[in-house]
Amino acid sequence: MVAFTLNGEARSLDADPQMPLLWAIRDIVGLTGTKFGCGMAQCGACTVHIDGVATRSCQTMVGDIEGASITTIEGLAGKVGETVQAVWADLDVPQCGYCQSGQIMSATALLAETPKPNDDDIDAAMSGNLCRCATYQRIRAAIHEAAHRLEA
Amino acid sequence: MLQSRIDPSSVRPSRRQFLLGTAAAAAGLAVGYRLLAAEPAGAQPAPAAADAGNPFQTYVEITPESRIVIRSSQFEMGQGSYFGIATLVMEELDGDWKQVDVVGGSGNPALYGNLAWGGVAQGTGGSTSMTSSWERYRKAGAAARAMLVAAAAKQWNVPEAEIAVAAGVVSHGSDKRASFGELAAAAAELPAPQDVPLKSRDKWTQIGSDTLKRYDSPGKANGTQPYTIDVKMDGLLTAVMIHPPKFGATVKSFDAGKAKALDGVVEVVETPRGIAVVATNMWTALRGRDAVTVEWDESKAETRGTAEIMAEYNRLADGPPAASARDDGDAAAALASAAKVVEGHYEFPYLVHASIEPLNAVARIGEDGSVDIWGGHQMPDLYQAIAAQVAGTTPDKIRLHVLKTGGSFGRRAVSDGDLIVESVAVAKALGPGRPVKVQWTRENDMRGGRYRPAYVHAVRGGLDKDGKLVALSDHIVGQSILGGSPFAAMVENGVDATSVEGASNLPYAIPNVKVDLTTTDVNIPVLWWRSVGSTHTAYVIETFVDDLAAAAGRDPVEFRLSMLDAHPRHAGVLRLAAEKAGWGTPLPEGRFRGVALHESFATYVAQVVEIAYRGGNDFTVERVVCAVDCGIAINPDQIRAQMEGGVGFGLGAILQEELTLTGGVVDQENYDTYTPLRIDQMPKVEVHIVASDEPPTGVGEPGVPPIGPAVANALRAATGRTVRKLPIVKNLSA
Repeated sequence: MVAFTLNGEARSLDADPQMPLLWAIRDIVGLTGTKFGCGMAQCGACTVHIDGVATRSCQTMVGDIEGASITTIEGLAGKVGETVQAVWADLDVPQCGYCQSGQIMSATALLAETPKPNDDDIDAAMSGNLCRCATYQRIRAAIHEAAHRLEA
Repeated sequence: MLQSRIDPSSVRPSRRQFLLGTAAAAAGLAVGYRLLAAEPAGAQPAPAAADAGNPFQTYVEITPESRIVIRSSQFEMGQGSYFGIATLVMEELDGDWKQVDVVGGSGNPALYGNLAWGGVAQGTGGSTSMTSSWERYRKAGAAARAMLVAAAAKQWNVPEAEIAVAAGVVSHGSDKRASFGELAAAAAELPAPQDVPLKSRDKWTQIGSDTLKRYDSPGKANGTQPYTIDVKMDGLLTAVMIHPPKFGATVKSFDAGKAKALDGVVEVVETPRGIAVVATNMWTALRGRDAVTVEWDESKAETRGTAEIMAEYNRLADGPPAASARDDGDAAAALASAAKVVEGHYEFPYLVHASIEPLNAVARIGEDGSVDIWGGHQMPDLYQAIAAQVAGTTPDKIRLHVLKTGGSFGRRAVSDGDLIVESVAVAKALGPGRPVKVQWTRENDMRGGRYRPAYVHAVRGGLDKDGKLVALSDHIVGQSILGGSPFAAMVENGVDATSVEGASNLPYAIPNVKVDLTTTDVNIPVLWWRSVGSTHTAYVIETFVDDLAAAAGRDPVEFRLSMLDAHPRHAGVLRLAAEKAGWGTPLPEGRFRGVALHESFATYVAQVVEIAYRGGNDFTVERVVCAVDCGIAINPDQIRAQMEGGVGFGLGAILQEELTLTGGVVDQENYDTYTPLRIDQMPKVEVHIVASDEPPTGVGEPGVPPIGPAVANALRAATGRTVRKLPIVKNLSA
């Protein structure tokens, strides 16, 4: 039995400690906003926050999250998260949208750490998140716009 | 993709199709009989074609709660077809966007057949969604509006002409107001209008609006947009596939003993396409998969690697061609007497669609033997037939629920219905009432075949003494996409149009043109991949024209324009891109420009790229100026989005994507070795849309073809050499 916090609520999970957090979140808890893309931390579709840090849930085992605070796209709240989600819609960033939960989790972690990121900061923080629709230009613009709105 | 040489001006719903459409829209108002919420993911199959007059088959429905439910014939894979179709309906309906839902229709070609393909079957491809939908969905919206107005006029006893409709409210003067939902039932009692006038262009507020936003972006920004992988229902099991290690291999025997002993593994099933391990969740299915041992029969398997295949293609390209796709004048004679001849071989690798959502489908056999299948059904009518065959039933017993998917790029339109076969075979083995999701892993997806075929082109071009291009010949060697598929009848005189499109119809005025094709027999499954034939033909023609311009000592833009008198739309986008990019103006040290022009699917695109070149194979693509002419711009910001995305998708491919095989086994398994573009490589893209009154054409694919040759031409400007073997980064300094 593993005890942790998920989206602000205390949880305990009876699951194989070797099970990736991704599948525990999706198949056992039933939150499907976090996506499966590669299973080896190459695409970033499964990105969640663990204690505020953007982390690939496909390479994080259930046995390693004891006591951790985990946030998924469903639990994203607060000024940064809400601003990023609003900007994402305002700029029509998504095309198919499948990778965007992961993109947004990475982007909010970046903005929490670096309120005014430049293009190099964005490249460094976001290059682990693939978008096969290549919405990168709008992702970049949305992060700058969110930083601008958060500053105001 | 099925039929790329479309003439959008010829696409008009027939009188009969229009009547069906209005009857359907009328029926759509009669809601209350439908149970939309009962479907797990909102998709709505229609009954079989024989029931085309059934009131429950519609393009537009208005629910009593004033939801506007638009049933889309076109599949949504990210390209914005649902939004585009909703825009057409909403322009005529004057509804409130907050009330709009779009769901996938299926199961009735008379309603949903793609009009760009003659309406014979439902399907999405070849960037035809707006062409097919342009009149059909505006008329549906107009008919629905007319019936709401007629119902209000009757109820209020006022003339229809005095009634106004705006943002989902029907009103008369200052005292009479009703929502769409309040009028829907009464409207449904009225006869459907036989013909409804459409708004003239000066009245449009939705079509062409630059401020209209996608209705589905918020759900994609907060994780609530469901995809096939997210389908939930009671008792849903998950299956993981074990596919043959080589194409053409089959199961000889397998041992599932250890897998079945694992807690949570429910069943191990042999399907026509491999072994399925069924479990209560994905992780358990994966563990079960690792515990299964399979012995394969490889006697009919493809055992060649890509090195051998490409060597063979290069040999074939220098030999006599098998078929002729175009033969103007006498190219051989003109080349023999040309003042200057340029020649070369081009090599293109296999490419993977590699959508981030790995392929999947959910199937459930009902107690009555009917089958429900949820998934990214890009060719529903074909899939219905395939599913019926696998289930051992008739197509009318198959209900397809068309869901939005996490990409496709052509991969979900597959003639053997791979995921349909697997999901129905597993559901059938499990028996009635045991729904199952077949979920491929990234490795299944990458090694599962259906690639953009590899090709070799042997090209020769000749200039006369005045630097005029007098002859061009191209011998294309590669696999046929249509051959061996249900569309094989479309191969004419040995020419699969998808192998030569973009070359055989090159627009330049060249007196002697010869385009030949030799189709190869290789047992590696291939498929259309975003922009299909133009993925390679545009690269060949556009880099070769640049080579010839250089040989003639002429400017690449001027050289092209001199051969485009008969093609004003090509010339228009080329001039626009050149002007906006500052073509001909000085660049800073280390910066170089390249240009390319290509029409695909009746949309014209020119791109000018600017690269920063630092020597060797060290360069970055900094800026892309893109001009596009797609006729009437329905959603300008989505046209920009598709051009931006097309540039990024195409750029990743030509820079660094390549699928190889060794001894018949695919070498790449995941995104560590098959490498689409990432954000740090994305150039700044600016898009300019040509103002037009021509009928709308598509934008999902046409942004892709020009980026490769434009980058290669910029590199030629930097290095003096044209890269003719892709991908570029690996071969630039080779």
